[in-house]
Amino acid sequence: MNSNIWLLTFADAISIATTLILASLGAIITERSGVINLGVEGMLLMGAVTGFIVADGTGNLWLALFAAVVVGVVLSAIHAALTVGLRANQIVSGLAMVIFGTGLSQFIGKPIEGDPLPVIIRPLELGWLSDLPFVGPVVFGHDVFTYLTWVAAGGASFYMHRTRPGLLLRATGDAPATVDAQGGSVAHIRWVHTMVGGALMTLAGAWYMFARAAAWNQAATTNGIGWIALALVVFASWRPLRAIGGAVLFGFSLQVPFTLQAQQISVLPPTIVAMFPYLITLAVLVLLSTPRARRLLGAPKMLGQPFVRDER
Amino acid sequence: MANLAIVTSASIQHGAGGVLALAARAVTKRFPGVIANDQVNFDLARGEVHTLLGENGAGKSTLASVLCGLYRPEAGQVVRDGKEVRLNSPRDGLAHGIAMVHQHFRLVDRFTVAENVVLGHKSLSFVLATAEIEAKVAAITEEFGLPLDPRAVVGELSAGERQRVEIVKALYQGAEILLLDEPTALLAPPEVEKLFLTVRAMTHVGKSVVFVSHKLGEVVDISDRITVMRGGKVTGSVRRGEADVRRLAELMVGREINIVSRRAKSPVGEVLLSVSQVHLERDGAAMLTDINLEVRGGEIVGVAGVAGNGQRDLAEVIAGLCAPQQGNVTVCGTPTAGRGAGGARRAGLAYVPEDRLGTGLAPSMSIRDNLVLTRVRDFLVDRKSALLEAETFIKQLEIKTPGPLTPTRKLSGGNAQKVLLAREIFAVSGARVLVVCSPTRGLDVGAVETVHALLDEARDAGKAILLVSEDLDEVMTLADRVLVLYRGRITLEQTGLDTNVDRVGQAMAGITT
Repeated sequence: MNSNIWLLTFADAISIATTLILASLGAIITERSGVINLGVEGMLLMGAVTGFIVADGTGNLWLALFAAVVVGVVLSAIHAALTVGLRANQIVSGLAMVIFGTGLSQFIGKPIEGDPLPVIIRPLELGWLSDLPFVGPVVFGHDVFTYLTWVAAGGASFYMHRTRPGLLLRATGDAPATVDAQGGSVAHIRWVHTMVGGALMTLAGAWYMFARAAAWNQAATTNGIGWIALALVVFASWRPLRAIGGAVLFGFSLQVPFTLQAQQISVLPPTIVAMFPYLITLAVLVLLSTPRARRLLGAPKMLGQPFVRDER
Repeated sequence: MANLAIVTSASIQHGAGGVLALAARAVTKRFPGVIANDQVNFDLARGEVHTLLGENGAGKSTLASVLCGLYRPEAGQVVRDGKEVRLNSPRDGLAHGIAMVHQHFRLVDRFTVAENVVLGHKSLSFVLATAEIEAKVAAITEEFGLPLDPRAVVGELSAGERQRVEIVKALYQGAEILLLDEPTALLAPPEVEKLFLTVRAMTHVGKSVVFVSHKLGEVVDISDRITVMRGGKVTGSVRRGEADVRRLAELMVGREINIVSRRAKSPVGEVLLSVSQVHLERDGAAMLTDINLEVRGGEIVGVAGVAGNGQRDLAEVIAGLCAPQQGNVTVCGTPTAGRGAGGARRAGLAYVPEDRLGTGLAPSMSIRDNLVLTRVRDFLVDRKSALLEAETFIKQLEIKTPGPLTPTRKLSGGNAQKVLLAREIFAVSGARVLVVCSPTRGLDVGAVETVHALLDEARDAGKAILLVSEDLDEVMTLADRVLVLYRGRITLEQTGLDTNVDRVGQAMAGITT
């Protein structure tokens, strides 16, 4: 009985991690090009509400996910247009994206608030694998997207470190002037990766909607997971594979308060325990703000810096 | 060595006989306010080392940039292997086998050597064949004597090694002609030797090198031909063997330069700067140990030493930028240790840091604004008189600029240094002590002379000057007394007239007798 609930906690941690991994993969890809998109939370919400509405109308999960991806590309293209095209402040544009995404999702989600989910993403049936003790429910009790996300993290890692465009991506975040001198287009690379990153963020939101949420409710749907994903980027020191471990850890810390409450273990009030992931997030984000820490953690050197060719 | 001599004489014959690898025909390039290249002709034979010699601002880097495709000339042609080529970007240049290694490296610090070398290489496969690339890089480093580990992270390499990465990058991309812009500026003497060996290895296999430099002494050794530029025009060209340093210097500067020692004329005054028993530690390591020195009004005390022996720490302690753990600094009778840079300035200190553009001047502010930047007492700025003052300095010191409102980042090194010195010597009215660090690093002959004259003038005006410089010649030329710093200690002190250069050199190397 007791061990069962902890089993569920681990399984849930890994499940929640799917959103975190997807969103932070999006952020990692964006940030490796030197663009920081703080709008993750807004993007998640927009992905969730878009997915819900499209699924409600068509009953088709794949169409819903595709629509969420399109919205992600559009929103992050706005961010890219402002920050790469017009060289606006990336922090300001990113925060605007949070406010915009939160507000807009609330507005267009009003009619569907509280409605039951039109479709649900269900865990896979993996036969005897799912029946294994402990490992079964914890590792093999998830839906196809969870596993695809792990593959995606591996793919992103391979792309960044082992391919020619990945090399250019990393160089653009670190030394855009060098890429420019080589004849590469810094703007092009930043546009593309910001949009791909944005697509992953809204996809994360849509998955969360269909796999973890009970109904659309703007205030409760994402619960600040977007901010946690941003902290996770730093935690993973901008490496996709490290994001998996970090996401599970954060997912666990998000899940523990519920378990403690269910078990009626009250070392600390559950509300205080529930604050921990956010406190860690806050600490990580503050840490990120000092140049020394950024260098030590391996942040892209020119993160947040608009690129202007130095002309005589 | 004999082998090399044969190679170079062969390449001279090429130069005379005529397989021209690259040529500029009547190239003109303008920038706002200046004609950087005025109808310049230049050619380069296969297997030749052709040096472009000139002061800063003479137009030699501009010409090299035109030749590699970075700049497009307003008039004239670039001819490659007898055919006119249009180069719209460095990529076009590369397509014609022309590559330039810039003075400021364009490398990604966090990448490995191999990653940097292949970055931006068009014919690269989607998935990187890392082992293959590393092997090819290793082969190039081997062939041309450029010792490098392909897997080393560039951020951890020395300046000389980074330059090698740039050269390997150019060779990897198939460069037949390499333009090296001030390649020795950041190198220690043994690294310069290595670079020269590489250059010879390249010409040996028929590649050509354009060497852009303002350092007279060293280019004579490496060049098959030397072409001198001044004010955007070619003033002369000499072949190997005909090169005479005095003559080249005249071509560069346009007048005869007399290198004279400058010594104090006025009787030495009272002690204005004194440092006693200063001890400084950083991160637990002793940077300065038991430093005692005095500088009197009307004298220049030179601090010599090999880079990294505590010179910068000493200057920063005196300038108030860092507080020593022990000891006192007194400026014009006021103790200043631990009182910050403002405290030192109020006591009467002026400071010319080594990093003139980043620390000394505010790069995006105008000459005028920079000149009034260090006034410690005024609240309001009298812009009219500041402008007038700036104009006077520009005229007196022959600062080459469109006007007093030009941002200082647009000035060449020499002109920026003149602005900084003008401020620290003349514009800071109350200052009687001047600390100057490497004031002529990276400057050309003409600017060096002006800077030395300025320091001499400040000395005659009764200022106490501490000259911290890695350039021993400079110290020997100017200083009335010489101190040698070695591992944070003063290991030798000599008065100018009795200074024994050999003993100073030995002390710099840590040998004391």
